[in-house]
Amino acid sequence: MLASYSAEILARVQFAFTVSFHIVFPAFSIGLASYLAVLNALWLWRGDRVYRQLFDYWKKIFAVAFGMGVVSGITMSYQFGTNWAVFSDKTGPILGPLMAYEVLSAFFLEAGFLGIMLFGRDRVGKGLHMFATAMVALGTLASATWILSVNSWMHTPAGYGFNEVGQFVPTDWWAAIFNPSFPYRLVHMVLAAYLTTAFVVAGVGALHLLRNKADAEARRMFSMAMWMAVIVTPLQIIAGDAHGLNTLEHQPVKIMAMEGHFESHPDGAPLILFGIPNQAEGRMDHAIEIPKLGSLILKHDPNAPMPGLDTIPEEDQPPVAIVFFSFRIMVGLGFAMLGIGAWGLLQRVRGRLFTPGWLHRACVVMGPMGFVAVLAGWITTEVGRQPFTVYGLLRTSDSLSPVDAPAVGTTLVAFIVVYFLIFGAGTYYLLAMMNKPARLLKKDLRDAPMRAAGITPLPEDDTGIKGQEQ
Amino acid sequence: MEYDLAFIWAGLIAFAVLVYVILDGFDLGLGILFPFAGTHRDRDVMMNSVAPVWDGNETWLVLGGGGLFAVFPLAYAVVMPALYMPIIAMLLALIFRGVSFEYRWRTQRFRWLWDWTFFLGSTIAALCQGIALGALVQGIEVEGRAYAGGWFDWLSPFSLATGVAVVLGYALLGATWIVLKAEGRLRDHMKRLSFGLGLATLAMIAMVSLWTPFQDNVYFDRWFAFPGSLWSYTVPVVMVGLVFLFFTGLARDSDIQPFLAALGFFIAGFVGIGISFYPMIVPPSLTIWEAAAPDSSLWFALVGALILLPIILIYTAYAYWVFRGKIDPDKGYH
Repeated sequence: MLASYSAEILARVQFAFTVSFHIVFPAFSIGLASYLAVLNALWLWRGDRVYRQLFDYWKKIFAVAFGMGVVSGITMSYQFGTNWAVFSDKTGPILGPLMAYEVLSAFFLEAGFLGIMLFGRDRVGKGLHMFATAMVALGTLASATWILSVNSWMHTPAGYGFNEVGQFVPTDWWAAIFNPSFPYRLVHMVLAAYLTTAFVVAGVGALHLLRNKADAEARRMFSMAMWMAVIVTPLQIIAGDAHGLNTLEHQPVKIMAMEGHFESHPDGAPLILFGIPNQAEGRMDHAIEIPKLGSLILKHDPNAPMPGLDTIPEEDQPPVAIVFFSFRIMVGLGFAMLGIGAWGLLQRVRGRLFTPGWLHRACVVMGPMGFVAVLAGWITTEVGRQPFTVYGLLRTSDSLSPVDAPAVGTTLVAFIVVYFLIFGAGTYYLLAMMNKPARLLKKDLRDAPMRAAGITPLPEDDTGIKGQEQ
Repeated sequence: MEYDLAFIWAGLIAFAVLVYVILDGFDLGLGILFPFAGTHRDRDVMMNSVAPVWDGNETWLVLGGGGLFAVFPLAYAVVMPALYMPIIAMLLALIFRGVSFEYRWRTQRFRWLWDWTFFLGSTIAALCQGIALGALVQGIEVEGRAYAGGWFDWLSPFSLATGVAVVLGYALLGATWIVLKAEGRLRDHMKRLSFGLGLATLAMIAMVSLWTPFQDNVYFDRWFAFPGSLWSYTVPVVMVGLVFLFFTGLARDSDIQPFLAALGFFIAGFVGIGISFYPMIVPPSLTIWEAAAPDSSLWFALVGALILLPIILIYTAYAYWVFRGKIDPDKGYH
């Protein structure tokens, strides 16, 4: 079956597959690392044991998610070379040093202090342990900063020239790093990571509140997550809008695909809420649209002219349907999160935040939706960049390694099988950990290898907490 | 003043790869030895002895790949497609092995499964690293700015030999690491294994060393064209000293001497490869200067490396210091 595809399309599918799997874990660990730092700091500051309990609970979940992020990330750092060698040769002089900075300033920081954060509290004391926890959080943010600079440069290249062998060479590092779309993309992604984590925490808190509304840890985490939802979601919508306007300025074709504007609209473009893109015919079938609103949102003028994909040569157009639908999924989920945040605030004001009800059921359903939104957002921006790897300058078809389709096809199948097995198991373990209430975590397998004898640990009362300090 | 940036960077990349081999070697070695541990508890101790540091160890591999991309993009673009299969097999193996660290503690019923993935992942990753090394030594065909060979060129008796050598060598590092970190029966067991693995590793090193000069005339001259090659013989001389230290360390039941001597084997072997290679980065055709990125890239990356690498080494050393000493099997860091 795979034999009928070209090496290029297989390599694209492989990269899309591995990077999509990968992005889920950093999105979670960026948010969770910051959350852990906050929890630990609150525990040290307030001395409230609930924070400590929550720290230990999410710490274990973090360890698994982080490990999955590390191993799926190592793959990425080699896959540029294996499948996209020409891209690597040409962009290496600019993107390579940025990625080297990511490794040096972020990966080592995270990995170096992770051990102390996970296992070292008793050995280094509370102060240094807090420092290590903060370094892990800082490392995840530094990593996001560098890699989004790299990614943004591929969308909005700046500060480059060409040398005699056709490589991109740096002429202005500052301009290359702080390329036009970088600040927008960075803010949008970091907020996305925070929101994703907040909704996971909200989902877990809600689940345990539905079972036991007196669960102190569940109440605390649910309350914290609901604050995040109500404060960060509006900020994210503003950031997303600004990012969209930035894209309109630098990558107007992507906006045409996101909006589904096949035709030019000289007197103001509609906002197409829904439709079935028909790229072959160059039109939107079954469109439901609001006249002039597209121009109003994007240009702040209902009558502003908006050129459509009919002004773009066919070979320079991205696949519209994927971009159009994934964008709608992301925006839809964003507004659902806004609704949850507002609902949570209302219940809080009414003093019913912890009374099990429909809010909590909705939160359980919304728990994993941050990941869906992140993936949909990445698909929108990355597929929207096609058919280029470096926007407008280097075509995807000119970026490929000299590899044969069977080789790429074989490894693609291997990646799919391995990722589903490994990350399927990992997801199962993550869910199993989340399914336990925070109060019962102390004597699970990791703390008690002695359980090999088959003794089921009893739920412990508060005196058990001392035991965990070892 | 003119600096030879490509030369400095070749040194830094070689340093990163060497640090990777030193740090992740024993860590992968533990996985290779997993089936030879007697009990679950022994395996717990073995895994716990590296659990706090393995992430950091593996990051040096990312630096090796990322660094190559940054400063020798042409070499990266040629080597990765040439070693397509072993590299991807290594990545998949590292995934299996890496997740085993966490998954193993999450289940009773399937613990055996994650013991096996830890063993197989570690072994295959080590084998692929050795094969990749051998394939690089035997030479990679380049045309223009791209790899020009087939996708099984990496497979040869020589590359398989280097693959096996690395597996045995890593296992030796793992065994001597456990001698350093464990006590009692497990330590005695690993000490016995160290002896046999030491002999096997040395035999493989001797075989590969004698075979290497015949892979390329340039290598041959480095080792056998007098009088220039006399300098090269410091490596085998040092090696003899290390062999002495290794076996006397085992004989007098030293905790750390066998481990350090085994690391010495790797460092000496690494220097030996360096002598054969220099100034090639992709033998037989690409030199470090031909593959280097423009000076502006090398400068920019160098500033970061010179500031950050010492800091990284300091906090890495600190992390090892925090978790120093023998592992208490009853405590379990997990």
